[in-house]
Amino acid sequence: MKKKITLTKYTRSSFLTYGLVIVAYVILQAMVLTGSISSSLKGMLVPICAYVVMAVSLNLTVGVLGELSLGHAGFMSVGAFTGVIAAIALEGIIPVGWLRLVIAMAVGAAFAAVAGFLIGIPVLRLKGDYLAIVTLAFGEIIKSVLNNFYVGMDSDGLHFSLLSDRTGLAEGGRMIVNGPMGITGITKLSTFTAGFVLVMLTLFIVFNLVSSRSGRAIKSIRDNRIAAESVGINVTKYRLMAFVTSAALAGAAGPLFAMNYSNIIANKFDFNTSILILVFVVLGGLGNMLGSIIAAAALTILPEALRQFADYRMLIYAIVLILVMLITNNPTLAAWSDVIREKLRGALRKDRASAAKGGDGHE
Amino acid sequence: MTFLNYLLSGISLGSIYAIIALGYTMVYGIAKMLNFAHGDVIMVGSYICFFAVSRFALPPVVGVLAAMAVCTVLGILVERLAYKPLRAAPSLAVLITAIGVSYFLQNGAQLLWTPNPKVFPSVVGNGRLALFGGQLTVSYVTLVTIASCVVIMIALTLFTGHTKMGKAMRACSEDKGAAQLMGINVNSTISVTFAIGSGLAAVAGVLLCSAYPNLVPTTGSMPGIKAFTAAVFGGIGSIPGAMLGGILLGVIEIFAKAYISTQLSDAVVFAVLIIVLLVKPAGLLGKKISEKV
Repeated sequence: MKKKITLTKYTRSSFLTYGLVIVAYVILQAMVLTGSISSSLKGMLVPICAYVVMAVSLNLTVGVLGELSLGHAGFMSVGAFTGVIAAIALEGIIPVGWLRLVIAMAVGAAFAAVAGFLIGIPVLRLKGDYLAIVTLAFGEIIKSVLNNFYVGMDSDGLHFSLLSDRTGLAEGGRMIVNGPMGITGITKLSTFTAGFVLVMLTLFIVFNLVSSRSGRAIKSIRDNRIAAESVGINVTKYRLMAFVTSAALAGAAGPLFAMNYSNIIANKFDFNTSILILVFVVLGGLGNMLGSIIAAAALTILPEALRQFADYRMLIYAIVLILVMLITNNPTLAAWSDVIREKLRGALRKDRASAAKGGDGHE
Repeated sequence: MTFLNYLLSGISLGSIYAIIALGYTMVYGIAKMLNFAHGDVIMVGSYICFFAVSRFALPPVVGVLAAMAVCTVLGILVERLAYKPLRAAPSLAVLITAIGVSYFLQNGAQLLWTPNPKVFPSVVGNGRLALFGGQLTVSYVTLVTIASCVVIMIALTLFTGHTKMGKAMRACSEDKGAAQLMGINVNSTISVTFAIGSGLAAVAGVLLCSAYPNLVPTTGSMPGIKAFTAAVFGGIGSIPGAMLGGILLGVIEIFAKAYISTQLSDAVVFAVLIIVLLVKPAGLLGKKISEKV
């Protein structure tokens, strides 16, 4: 007799997500190997992975913790800069490319986690739109500091300076971060496989966090903070936990994104990038990780797919965005879809009932 | 004297932020939404005024009025088409729609008016006023900006305090359901709020481009974000708060540019904002609402 394994609804949906991501990876990788993929799509594979990680991690803050963050790109920026600096600094010591990429991601995640912790302290005192503005302010601060940040490396080690280049490098030294010019001459270490691994790791961390005891505490804070507090949940601790995890994952996505290009500037991670990722999360559905993945991939490809409309493509993108929000929030349509769903469910139940009556020799 | 000069230009920049912030704060107070498209309405207003004055050679006053008229209509249209159907939707859905509208306006402007920067002709001339025997020079733009800010402030205070529509607006921002029960037409009140906010945005756009004459389709986004910050700084939803927040933000920005560092002035502005919110979580003049359990 076989022991029946019962999976909770959440576990089933998370396994479905893992499965779909793996299938998508295998198909795309096969297409890359056989060369049946357009070069523009091929170039977008790594950015899509980075955006997926960003969207899933932001969904942890917005969908699971229930706080609006408008500065998620700031964490990505911190991760990208610190990670790439680490990768360049280690170029002579560690010759293995993928190992440097892993170290870059780890360093990026660590620094972004510290930034998330620092910004998380004001988060604890604020609510709603005030929290949103603090995250926005943080993103802008990061952007203007990194735009005036200079890092050089020579035989004595790393030199840092702010505002103007006062690194005073010795002969043969190398400028790594050059203020508004950003980082140039990055070795392109990011690969689609690395992106896939990071996406899987992110999903693993987020799903396990959400379905754990801590995750339930975080969701209870989202649903009713006062009730959660009154049953003894440490609100500060769990909010910070979700926020820092989200920041660290965004920090890991930073080097993945940056090391897909030969140069990167701080302005790449501005308010518009944060907003773009928020759009992925909202369109995909709050708290729905699979939705975030699909939205991130689809909306990254969409402007490219609209290329035939040339100048009108961003206009069409904007109209699509508005229409999707209007349609998904239309009460009449929502009522219809409820009716249809109810009917489908009823039909399924009838099927299952007749199946149970008809043949039960299988188990 | 240089200090006074910086202070004046700070107040002038702050006045522009304050006028934009008023639009943000009024819409937030009444519709409880962050209207991220507000910054782009400023840009549209500036373009209308630019074409009226430089292409059709109309007098500047007519240009400003035309910009206000177009922006008012635009504000009402956007509200009707994009925001009204979402009145009952979650606030994030409305936020994303506002972002969609913002993209739409920016890209529409890019198609209509090309992304090439346009040099905006100052609507008040480039003259300067010399005071204290030439030690302190103030441009007319600065004076007009500060004066219009004061006039708008007084007019809005009188409007919200003493007219029937103003009272309706305050009632709606306090409790929409109760206001409706008292016979207030909530929908038209919200439309009027958008109309006023957008009309003010047009004025702010003209003043902004008179002081910084470089007009591109993304002109409005950074002042929009700064003004949003100013509105939160003063306590979002509060009209005097938006004024105070805007002017303080402008002064801090100019002082940071002058005494700390030009490149880091934005960072200083936002850092001050974070510190203020740490001390006063509801902004400078925001009402602290105690939670009922």
